Amino acid sequence: MAVPTIEPEAAPTSAPASDTSRSGTGDRVSRLLHARPKLRLTALLALPLAWLGVLYIGSLILLFITAFWTTDTFTSKVVPGFTLENFVEILTVPAYQLTALRTIGIALAVTVLCAVLALPLGLFMAKVASPRTRAIFAIGITLPLWAGYLVKVFSWRITFMTGGPLDWLLAPLGMTGPGYGTMALVITLAYLWFPYMAVPVYSAFRQIPDNLFDASSDLGARPWATVRTVAIPLLKPAFIAGSIFTFSLSLGDYIAAQFVGGKIQVIGTVIASNINLNPPLAAAFGTVPIVVVVLYLFLARKSGALKQL
Amino acid sequence: MKTTKVLPLAALASLSLVLAGCGGSAPATSGGGNGGIQVPDIPAATEVGESEGEVNIVAWAGFVEDGSTNPDADWVTQFEEETGCTVNRKVGATSDEMVQLMRTGEYDLVSASGDASLRLIAGGDVAPINTDLIPNFGNIVEGLKGQIYDTLNGKSYGVPIGRGANVLMYNTEAVPEAPDSWEATWDPNSEYAGEIMAYDSPIFIADAAVYLMATQPELGITNPYALDKDQLAAAVELLKGQNKIAGEYWNDALKAVSSISSGTASLGTGWQVIVNIAQGDGGKVESVLPKEGATGWSDTWMISAKSKNPNCAYKWMDWASSAEVNAQIAQNFGMAPANALACEGSKENEEHCATFHATDEDYYKQVWMWTTPVEQCVDGRTDVTCTNYQEWTKAWTEVKG
Repeated sequence: MAVPTIEPEAAPTSAPASDTSRSGTGDRVSRLLHARPKLRLTALLALPLAWLGVLYIGSLILLFITAFWTTDTFTSKVVPGFTLENFVEILTVPAYQLTALRTIGIALAVTVLCAVLALPLGLFMAKVASPRTRAIFAIGITLPLWAGYLVKVFSWRITFMTGGPLDWLLAPLGMTGPGYGTMALVITLAYLWFPYMAVPVYSAFRQIPDNLFDASSDLGARPWATVRTVAIPLLKPAFIAGSIFTFSLSLGDYIAAQFVGGKIQVIGTVIASNINLNPPLAAAFGTVPIVVVVLYLFLARKSGALKQL
Repeated sequence: MKTTKVLPLAALASLSLVLAGCGGSAPATSGGGNGGIQVPDIPAATEVGESEGEVNIVAWAGFVEDGSTNPDADWVTQFEEETGCTVNRKVGATSDEMVQLMRTGEYDLVSASGDASLRLIAGGDVAPINTDLIPNFGNIVEGLKGQIYDTLNGKSYGVPIGRGANVLMYNTEAVPEAPDSWEATWDPNSEYAGEIMAYDSPIFIADAAVYLMATQPELGITNPYALDKDQLAAAVELLKGQNKIAGEYWNDALKAVSSISSGTASLGTGWQVIVNIAQGDGGKVESVLPKEGATGWSDTWMISAKSKNPNCAYKWMDWASSAEVNAQIAQNFGMAPANALACEGSKENEEHCATFHATDEDYYKQVWMWTTPVEQCVDGRTDVTCTNYQEWTKAWTEVKG
């Protein structure tokens, strides 16, 4: 009780009046937060939760709702309502099924390709290379992240061009490049998303103590047996973490498909071609990759890999 | 363990179902299969007053240039100085995107192609135009006046900018002899199998219909934008055959330039501007209007029904329609200008108009301008329902597999 009566008297005499009042509010806020842990937590998490809950999950819910709406056939304006027609269509039209399966196949191929490349690279960087070489490799892996997406895709378009650099390289062997199509798309996507696989695999390799390898070879295991029985089981979480990125990013991509995919159609291109003319159908088809990724995450969780992340 | 995780998801799903149900269960249809096209009644402007200070335009690349992309192309600066209207340009990539942008109500003008314009008119997104307020309107070439895609119930909704045909382009190294038919791009046994490029849009179905008109008259197609179910099925069949021999689909002009110049594609559908760019870069590319005819496009300025700057918008439409500016736009973009006077006055203008057959109505009689396919058959048939653009979009997905 005594404190409030002193403060108003002291305020005019102490020189920087504004200063005391500011620290006064600060004090009061911190006292309040100290007394109420729940408020403290709310203040801390309000912004990220608003972002995650309202903007991110909210937009996904809106997308899901739109999938049940229809479109005016003439003006292509979205008409709210409720119909399962869009889902029936994507589940019954062979072109949509084929497109979905093809896209999943491409995403799996990209993931496998990235994993196969990341294993020896991670092993070399973590266990063999000198710190200097390791730094150079680390820069090399992350280099693709520095350039613009379109620049990278266009350079691959030029690489696969008829009579382009790849054809020229293969000409002495009497071969030609694959041209635009599924193969070109898988290679391009693997290039685009490789850093997301390579970095976790490399960090996981770093965490495996060298003496595990020594012990394995002391017990008579050949190098490949060591990789198979020691390294890969320990690397599994890293591979799964990396594969979530490579798989889901490949599933959603459509620009690379347009530039190096030739005439093939993927989930992304179908969504893109419907997004203006028939948004509900695009929304319905947009749930396909979400469902696939949720299933993928579920399988990853079942394997126990996510716990170790 | 498992139920606690599933429960929120289930709640979420049922909540969204309830929300969706609230939206009203009877989907409204406007312009359904009941006679003519219903158009919202929107009044046209009666006078052009003081400038509002700015005008917001959605346009194709090359239509609204202030010298920033190419110092030689600038017809915006002078307009801004003379009228006091600052021009804000947004480049639209596709007709569908332009329609979406116009629906936001943030833009005053759009350079709409025929496949977008009917949608905009029927959707009440654009207002009729009082052509008396556009002095240069009188000089528009005859073939562009009162077309189906911009005139409805006697009201004009668009001020023509220019037009062009979707020509057959070919790489002269791969195709030494100039073709005169689309056959090589459709025949399953084409000698150019794997090297054919096609346009990636549902509207490309009309190209198949144009070819069918010439080769399968028994189908009874008289207008490639008025296809009943059977006719659409025949077009889809033809397109599926083409899919087997196509090397690539394009919807980005620069991608098309790289394909046809490098020889990745030997021949296929393209725009004259693509041929021009390719030739400018030294590519061995030529174009031809085949004997079967072709599809094409005609663009018009349309004013938003919600325009906040109608005075500046009218001033821009008149400015862009003047012989001088229209010639610049047409030459910069690579199309036939809409203003007949844009073909006179200089050797450059005359040559450009000759290249693009600007005043040659016989040439454009073979060209079917993009029109939004609607249920009311635009060829005048009343005993059948035609397929609409949404059905075309679905069919296009099916074609690409």
